[in-house]
Amino acid sequence: MPNNSPSSSHPPADITGLDTLYEIETPEGIDLTAQVAGPVPRMLAYSVDLFYRTLILIVLGIAMTIAGDAGVGIWLLVSFVLEWFYPVVFEVMRGGQTPGKRAFSIAVVNDNLTPIGWGPSIMRNLLRFADFLPFGYCAGIISMTCSRDFQRLGDHAAGTLVIHRENASASAALPQVTPLAPPRGLQLEDQQAIVSLSERSQELSRARQRELADLLQPITGKSGDDGLNRLHGIGRWLLGARSAEDHKDSGSKTNKRVGGQ
Amino acid sequence: MKQRDFEQRHQPLWLQLENTLAGYRKNAAVESESAGLIEDLPASYRRLCQHLAVAKERQYTSNLIARLNQLVMACHQRLYQEKSVSRSRWLEYLFSGFPRALHEQARFVWLSCALFLAPALVMGLGSYWNDSLIYAVMSPEQVLQIESMYDPANRVLGRERGSDTDLQMFGFYIKKNIGIAFRTFASGILFGIGSIFFIVFNGVFLGAIFGHITRVGFVTTFYPFVIGHGAFELTAIVFAGAAGLRLGHSLVNPGNLSRRESLRVAGRDAMKIMYGTFLMLVIAAFLEAFWSSSTEVSIAVKLAVGGFFWLLVLGYCFLGGRNQPSANTHTGGRL
Repeated sequence: MPNNSPSSSHPPADITGLDTLYEIETPEGIDLTAQVAGPVPRMLAYSVDLFYRTLILIVLGIAMTIAGDAGVGIWLLVSFVLEWFYPVVFEVMRGGQTPGKRAFSIAVVNDNLTPIGWGPSIMRNLLRFADFLPFGYCAGIISMTCSRDFQRLGDHAAGTLVIHRENASASAALPQVTPLAPPRGLQLEDQQAIVSLSERSQELSRARQRELADLLQPITGKSGDDGLNRLHGIGRWLLGARSAEDHKDSGSKTNKRVGGQ
Repeated sequence: MKQRDFEQRHQPLWLQLENTLAGYRKNAAVESESAGLIEDLPASYRRLCQHLAVAKERQYTSNLIARLNQLVMACHQRLYQEKSVSRSRWLEYLFSGFPRALHEQARFVWLSCALFLAPALVMGLGSYWNDSLIYAVMSPEQVLQIESMYDPANRVLGRERGSDTDLQMFGFYIKKNIGIAFRTFASGILFGIGSIFFIVFNGVFLGAIFGHITRVGFVTTFYPFVIGHGAFELTAIVFAGAAGLRLGHSLVNPGNLSRRESLRVAGRDAMKIMYGTFLMLVIAAFLEAFWSSSTEVSIAVKLAVGGFFWLLVLGYCFLGGRNQPSANTHTGGRL
């Protein structure tokens, strides 16, 4: 299977053994990666779905009391459909996401990362019952923890998996500093570390960044905010910026892109 | 090439792709000279793939690679979408695909049939000869309830009706019977044990009821009631069991394939049976609710129609799909 072949060209090839990264090679000859969703978000998503389903049944149950026995029949029909086909309809029509899965931004896909169709979706949801055995999805959880890509029994049989569907993250705005030429002899890995520090300047707290920057005091020769700014400057240089105006240019690009969406 | 230059050079294409995927045909923010490109999604997609490969090779930042990967994934999903089933596929499945799937899995169908009939026969004969045997599998209250259902002194047939409507019973049968069939199938993945349990359990239960009711002498109400929908329901339970056994067998004896792969193939085969089974159970529930329980039709007519249903189902299963060569046995005929 393609999923068990971590590409050797990647530096973190030895990490993929522990990582939840799922890789396939597409017909175009590139490696496509996805983050596989573990049991916890899936259980949470399931409980959200369960809540919705129960809510529908309760509301319908109250509404159908006026309809008498025919109402009971309709209620039973609806509860049958909800029990077996609620996930199927949403997974096929809504890009692999039931409302619960959408809430936790995970989605079901085929194991070649194509959208799930009727057949596999029906299969994995029929086998829900086997996953439920003997109680509370024990078999499913055991199967998930034993399999590399967190597949429950139904996923194994249908050839599907649940992945994280990341939201489109606007490319991070770089810190507003003038680019600085890096010192000589900077290894590739060092360069990457500095670049990713610059890119994550919005996510990390200022204090934490200063702490990280202080580790490189021997190289930057400065500590605190000065050292950090220097590192950010090197980061921007490594990304290709050469003067302060360059920054404005790329900034306007970013805005344009966000506005266009 | 530095990452920033790379980004600037290819940004228009990425924007276009993003906008196209988001459903916009026109993108005001993009220069006009490249506006025509997106009409050919596969070509743009291939260029995008190349960008991703280049970005990875040159070890550009993880943000860029993540963005490109996400875009490639979205295009991939758009391009490799599975086509929905055309109407002719459904007809083809109904007329020949389903019986052919049964023929292909004949081993499992017969095994399932035997697992169902053997306990049913034993329990049926046993509880016909021995009055107390049925109490081994059922509580006295259940036996009393079943007896009262088919007591000819009752005006209505089947489960106690009172003022119940047929629609209520339809819902009840759908939920209960189809649920049983689905469970029988699904639990087959536990190396077949679950399916075997459910088939044998159903066989024992039904056999006991048949034997006991016959012994008590309610034949004039019981058999006309069950013969009609039984043609669809009992066979469907057997088929669901067969599909479950197919799943279990693929794990017990995967042959030359890995267990994963073997299960995958078995899943596709089994699903071909399950679609038909589902349909049969809907028909069965419909008949049980609206036809079997009606008291206006005479017993002779019911028996005749019931016999006709049996001939229809068996004839369909045995003879259907015979003419067509079973060309695509393992090509994953997903419906």
